Formats: sequence, C-alpha cells, structure tokens
Amino acid sequence: MTDHTLQDENTISLVSRRRFLKLAGISSSGLVLGATLPNIQPAWADTATESGNATLNLFVSIAPDNTVSIVCHRSEMGQGIRTGLPAVVADEMEADWNLVKVIQGLGDKRYGSQNTDGSRSVRQFYDTMRTMGASARTMLEQAAAQLWSVPVEECKAGNHRVLHTASKRSASFGELAELAATQKVPAEETLVLKSAKNFNYIGKPVATYDTPDIVTGNTTFGQDVILDNMLIASIERAPVLGSKVASLDDSEARKVSGVVAIEPMDGGIEPPLFHPLSGVAVLATNTWAALKARKALKIQWSESAHATHNSDAYLETLKKRVQQPGKVLTQHGDVNNALANAKDQHSAVYSVPYLAHAAMEPPSATAEVKENHCEIWSCVQDPQSVQQHVSQALGLEADQVKVNVTLLGGGFGRKSQIDFAVEAAVLARKLKRPVKVVWSREDDIRHDYYHAAAASYFEAAMDDDGQVTGWRQRTAFPSITGTFKNGVKHPNNGEMSLGFADAPFDIANRQCETAPAEYEARIGWLRSVANIQNAFGICSFADELARLNNRRPDEFLLELIGEDRQFNPSQGKFKYANHGANWKKFPLDTGRLKQVLKATAEKADLSKLGDHARKSGEGWGIAVHRSFLSYVGIATKVRVEEGKVRILEMHCVADVGLAVNPDRVEAQMEGAMVFGISLALMGEIRMENGAVVNSNFHDYPLLRLQQCPNMSVTLMGQEHPPAGVGEPGVPPVAPSITNAIFSACGERIRDLPINKHMQLV
Amino acid sequence: MELTINGKVHQVDLDDDTPLLWALRDELKMTGTKFGCGAGLCGACTIHINGNPARACLTPIAAAKGARITTIEGLSDAGDHPLQQAWVKHNVPQCGYCQSGQLMSAAALLAANPQPSEKEIDSAMSGNICRCGTYPRIKAAIKDAVQFYEGGNSND
Ligand code: FES
Ligand code: FES
Repeated sequence: MTDHTLQDENTISLVSRRRFLKLAGISSSGLVLGATLPNIQPAWADTATESGNATLNLFVSIAPDNTVSIVCHRSEMGQGIRTGLPAVVADEMEADWNLVKVIQGLGDKRYGSQNTDGSRSVRQFYDTMRTMGASARTMLEQAAAQLWSVPVEECKAGNHRVLHTASKRSASFGELAELAATQKVPAEETLVLKSAKNFNYIGKPVATYDTPDIVTGNTTFGQDVILDNMLIASIERAPVLGSKVASLDDSEARKVSGVVAIEPMDGGIEPPLFHPLSGVAVLATNTWAALKARKALKIQWSESAHATHNSDAYLETLKKRVQQPGKVLTQHGDVNNALANAKDQHSAVYSVPYLAHAAMEPPSATAEVKENHCEIWSCVQDPQSVQQHVSQALGLEADQVKVNVTLLGGGFGRKSQIDFAVEAAVLARKLKRPVKVVWSREDDIRHDYYHAAAASYFEAAMDDDGQVTGWRQRTAFPSITGTFKNGVKHPNNGEMSLGFADAPFDIANRQCETAPAEYEARIGWLRSVANIQNAFGICSFADELARLNNRRPDEFLLELIGEDRQFNPSQGKFKYANHGANWKKFPLDTGRLKQVLKATAEKADLSKLGDHARKSGEGWGIAVHRSFLSYVGIATKVRVEEGKVRILEMHCVADVGLAVNPDRVEAQMEGAMVFGISLALMGEIRMENGAVVNSNFHDYPLLRLQQCPNMSVTLMGQEHPPAGVGEPGVPPVAPSITNAIFSACGERIRDLPINKHMQLV
Repeated sequence: MELTINGKVHQVDLDDDTPLLWALRDELKMTGTKFGCGAGLCGACTIHINGNPARACLTPIAAAKGARITTIEGLSDAGDHPLQQAWVKHNVPQCGYCQSGQLMSAAALLAANPQPSEKEIDSAMSGNICRCGTYPRIKAAIKDAVQFYEGGNSND
C-alpha cells in the first residue's frame, strides 16, 4: 500500500493525553467538532511505535527532515479533501505545501464527525483547520524564541522556517520541531489568524495531492487492499428486502478450484440499517474463483412482504396520492381561497424514479479479526460508523475496532452506508483469516441504498396579470428514516428542508404538504438527496408558469422570489434544518439566489431564453436552487430534432462562498453537471416483484464522454464563508434540461428519465 | 502460465479462463488496473495487449499468453508519459478510480494517431466511464498531450 493512503498511527497516538485535552479546548469551540471529545485513548493507540515525529496537535506533526505531516480526517472520494483541508492547515502554519505529507486519519471520535457527507467537510472544519495551523505555527515561534532567548513577538514563521529578523537568525520547522512539541499549547483566544491577503494556498488552485499516484496506478482503493493469507468473498444476496436463505445447495460451487469455504450470511433484518443482507458468501483464494463458484450456488429464498413491490406501479400510486389532500407541513395565507378565486389555474405532477449510486469503485472491505480486536481497511465515508456497527456485530467495544480509510473510488453517499464493512468483519471472524469482500457491479446496482422514487404535485393560482397568488406543493417518497425505523410513511423534517419547504417564493398563499409512501427497498443518501426531486418539481413548475404567461423564465422567477431578504421557512412543527448550519452565518439569502439567477440567465442566449413551442430546434433552459448553503444556477442549451435530444452546452454559476480550492470547486461543479445529466437523461432503477431489474452499465447507463456537452463554471460570492460544494451542483441540472427541451420543441417532460420520452443522440 | 507484463515475465498459476484482470490484481498484486464492471462496459480495466487497448476483465489469461501486456504501472518508467503529464497539468482526476483505464485508452489512441480529431477522441474514449465526470478535462488533456511529447517517455 502507498504509505499515505493509510494511517500512520503514530501521528495521533503520540499526542499526550494532557496536551490533547488542552487542544480539545481549541478544537471543540465554535461547534466545529460537534461531538463531545472523549478523554480516553483508543486501545490500539497504546501500541504506537516511535516515529521520530514531534507532534504539535491532533492534526500536525513534524519530522526532523522537515516533513510536516497533516492528518486528513475526512474521506477522499474525488472531492479533493485530502488536498483542501491539509492545505488550509499548511497555509495557516506557514508550511511549504511541497514538504507536506497527508496522513489519512483512522476512525477516531477525537476528530469529531468523520461522516463525509452533507457537503460539509470544508464548511464545518475550515475554522478548525485554521486553528490547528495557527496553533502549530505559534508553538514553532515559541520554540524559536526559547532557543534564541528573544521575545516571541520577534519570531515570525514563514516559508517553513521561523525567522528572527533583528539577529538574522532562522531555523527550519524540522530543526524546531522537537522543542516546539514541548511548548505550552496556546489558548485559542491568543491565536492570531492570518489575514486573507497573506494566504499562500487558501483560495488558490492547489494541485491535488494524490494526482501523481493516480496517474501511475500507485493508489490503494478499498478494492485494492491485499493482506497475507487473505480470502476473497463474493456474496449472493437476497434479491428482495427482508427475504432470507431458505435452502442452499452448494455442492457444485464447492467443486470450483480455489474455493475454500461457503458460508450462509444471516440477515433479512428490518429496519435494514447497515446490517448485512441475508445471503451466501463464497470464499476463495482469488476473485475469479469466488465469482465463478457463486454462479453455481442453488439458493431458495424465503418469502418477503416486499415481493409485491413493483416500482412502475408504485410510482403511479405515489403520483395519484400527491393529487389527494395530504398532511400539511407549512401554511401561509389561504391557498384554497386563492385557487377558488383565481383567474387562471395550473397544475402538474412530476416524478423521479429510484436511482443507484454506481460509484466507479464497487463497495469493498477487508477485515482481520483477532481476540478482542478487529481491523478494517475500506473505502468508507464514515469510519466511526464502521467502528460502531462492526463492534455491535462482533460483540466488541467501538474502540476495539480499528478502521483504516482507503481512497474511495467515488462515494456519492453509498459509502456512508457501511453494510459491506460489517460483512467483511463477520466473515473474517468466522474464517479466522483476513477476508476481503468484493462487491461486483451487479451487486452494487442490485443491493444499493437507493435514491427514493418520488412524486410531487404542484398547483398555482394566477390573477389577471399572471401574478401567482397561490401555490400548493405536495410530495411523496419513501423516507431515509425507513432505513433506521419501521413503519415510516412520510418524509422527515430534514428531507423537507432539502429544497422543498424552503422554496423561497414571495407568494401570499402557499402551502406545503406530504403524502404517504411505503418503504419497500433500502433507501439511502445520494448526492444532494431529496433536493433532486424537490428541485426538479419546483424549478420545472416555475418554468411552466413563466411560459404559460409568456414571460422570460428568469424575469418571472425574479418576481416569484421577490425582495432581497432572509427567508426562514420554519413554521409550527416544521423546523428548517438549514443543513445543520448556524442561521446567522448561513441564512437563506434571496439576494444571493437572485444574483446567481441573473448571472445564470446571462450565460444563456437571453433573446432565445423565452422561446418555446416550436416543433423542433434549439432551446435554452435555466434552473437555480439553494442547497448545502450554496446557490447554484444551471443554463442548458439543447437541440431536439426528430424526437432526438442532444445537450449542446451547459453552464454552471455557483455561489459557494469562499472557494478554498477553486480548481476543485470547479471540478465538483463539472462532476455535478455530469452526474445530473446522467440521472436526468437515463437514470432509472426498476424493481419487479421486489427485486431490482437492472444489473450493470448496459441497463443502468451513465453519461459517456462523447455525450458530454461543452461546459463552463463561474464562481461568485467569494466574500461569504465557505459553504457546501460536493452536492449543490446536482439539483438544478435536470430541470434546466427539461426546461430547455420545452423551449426547443414544446414538449414538457415531467417524468424522469428523459430517455423514456425521447431518444438521446 | 507465463505472462509478459511491462517487459517482465511473470508466472501465474490460475485456470486458463481466469480473466487477466484477476491474474493482475489478485495473483500479481498489480492493482493499478481496476475492476469496474467485469463485463467490458466501463473501461476501468483497460490495458494494452501488443499495443492495442483491451479490457482485462474480458481477456482470459490463455489469450494473453505470449503477448506483450502493458498496464498503467508500465505506461512509463517515471510517470512522465505525455498523457500523464497532461493529466497532472489539467488536474484531471477526481476519485481517480477510472483514470488508469482512461489513460490506457488515451495512450493507445495517441500511439496509433498522434493528432486525433474530436470525433476520433470521442470514439476512442467512448468505452471508458467516469462517474465523477472528468470528461471535459480528459478531452482537454488529450488535446494538450501533444505538447509533452518532446520531454515525455512512453513504453508502448
Ligand atoms: S471492468 Fe473491464 S470494462 Fe469494466
Ligand atoms: S475520476 Fe472518479 S470515476 Fe473517473
């Protein structure tokens, strides 16, 4: 394994407990670390060996050779976090990025939350990383002051050295490291942070740390872990949620050379949580033998109540339900009255099918279990969740489970759901050997935690001038809460805060409702989560109203949004989640949304933006959406000819606050556009009799290079604090495309994916 | 069985029908070649066989016997193939998982056709999926790689 992909456990274990607790005072302030920091050392840390590094705090240690090691405690899945956060520390401590080694943090509560989801690594840890860097810098300056017997105020760190100008003395960080580690940890309020004009790396396009290894194949992803004496496991899992192995004939499978063991897996538990599914594991000395033998298994599965689940019929049911009165979430004015007295009314129903993550790397985990100890190597978004669930499955304490986070070949939320790590741990214990569980693509597509199939209904009342006087929106989809709790039928507060109840429209009479949806398949977080269906419905319906009124969509939308203001959608029992962020720091600011909207419209050909209802031709569509505290607009140009559609151009305007690494922010927006195009054009998971029909990239296609339009990304709002980046680019993509299609040919697509309605070029 | 990979002869003791992918990854511990679909649909496992791009997940080791096999680990000795340099310059990779395959497909294209047209790039790269969506940068890097030919080295 490459040394920097797995944790060098010395780094954090060398933090003396006393010193750590002091630091904890620093890092737990300002809510950044979230979790209460425990004051126990995990068991594995006691076994630490000498590394020769001097440790300045939980995240920073320095070797005598001048290498500064910085811990990245969040999972790298392509968003560039192993570059972004360590570069913030390096900048603040005046380290030279070329002398920085990034150490991947083990699962460890002391870091605070490590669940790399919700587009929050930078927004929640930017301040912490600056504090860690400033603290390390101050300790280096204190060490120099002590060494030269001069006042600390006269010692200044810069360019990986500390300098005393008056005496022209200087020392490298490496030379000062040991003495620095003995310094008193400065109190947070005494730390002086750099001013923005002196930033070396923050706000600059720092090259991605892992790129040189990626282009030479010198990387360790979860699938790449190899341990001595390891067996490979391939698991045939129950095709229907809740069903179990009823009978097994493995006589043929056992004959395949290389097969060592065949083990039934317990499962079929509901709520599914992160428990392994029921199945049969084939363990072999190589992957091919395991895959081949698995095909020879003869398994009967037990009945499950979910075997009646058919996704097409299910979605039709949801579409009917959202047209019936629902459960009222928020209510302003009197929408019924507004509709009754309207000059004009318009209504529409939209749907988005189940979607799969299909990260390029299928899930994989490797485990080794010894008495009272389990070690895991895996591509997980949340190593602490692995500690929790593996320890429960094995009857250990969480701190007896050591979790090494490899690189992730994409995550998109799938790898926050760590069932595959539990599978590996259970099998490694049974076999008393290291086991790597290898998911195939078919496993990945058929046993995902799916993005919820969703339907939504909208109706609007308009007066004589085409002004919207009333607006009702109602949605139904199986909630993620159902993954953790049985009997859930309505979306939760958080899901309703993902671009639904917070549609920031200045309409006097508006009402937001939900309708019930049964939980029939495992549901999980997929890049931008419920924002996908919420933005698709809202941005489509607003566009429909604009075009009904013969208005240019951007101008119409600006009016709908109304004055620049802070829009807080909380009302009664509905508490706007605001992505867990502080409202004062991150209010929903309609002014910023409008700025993005205007800039987005300008990316389109304004003279054509309002066109519609031709038979075929070219058209522009726009959509804007706030999610993960960021404001993103997408302008799309399509051509529709003879019922065939091609996306010609796509432009993204994003206000994500300060872009800590603008190159990676742009890359995330490019990726979000591709992700959004895939789901809009061709994303659909279908289930028949409870089992997923799709299996691989031929029937769950993703966008390919030759279908990718020309793209641009424009960043704005740099003066605001850093907000979410990984997800907010996705939601506006689909409606911008369907709005453009309407503009090009007059056909309104309300049920995704688009390829059910027209061919793709 | 003997396999010649990146100029070196390796012995593998596996069934003849074993795809080269698993011989590389499990037996020879060369994990630079990735597993994405196992069905020739994603290109993550792309390698060169006698200079031509091939999907290791669909190539039985028996079919690769006696052939000259190149993997990402052997694309260049010092990581300075013109495409590797262009990839770094354009900061192409996101998660990186598809990139071995992307580079091997692109390298086979440029070896056969150093000045590909847009259409030729499209068709040579159409078998490689990138879920992270690095396509715009892949395209830009391929077009730009030409300028690195002076200083770059390639083993294929
Ligand atoms: S793994 Fe070979 S083409 Fe996908
Ligand atoms: S970089 Fe992640 S799949 Fe291509």
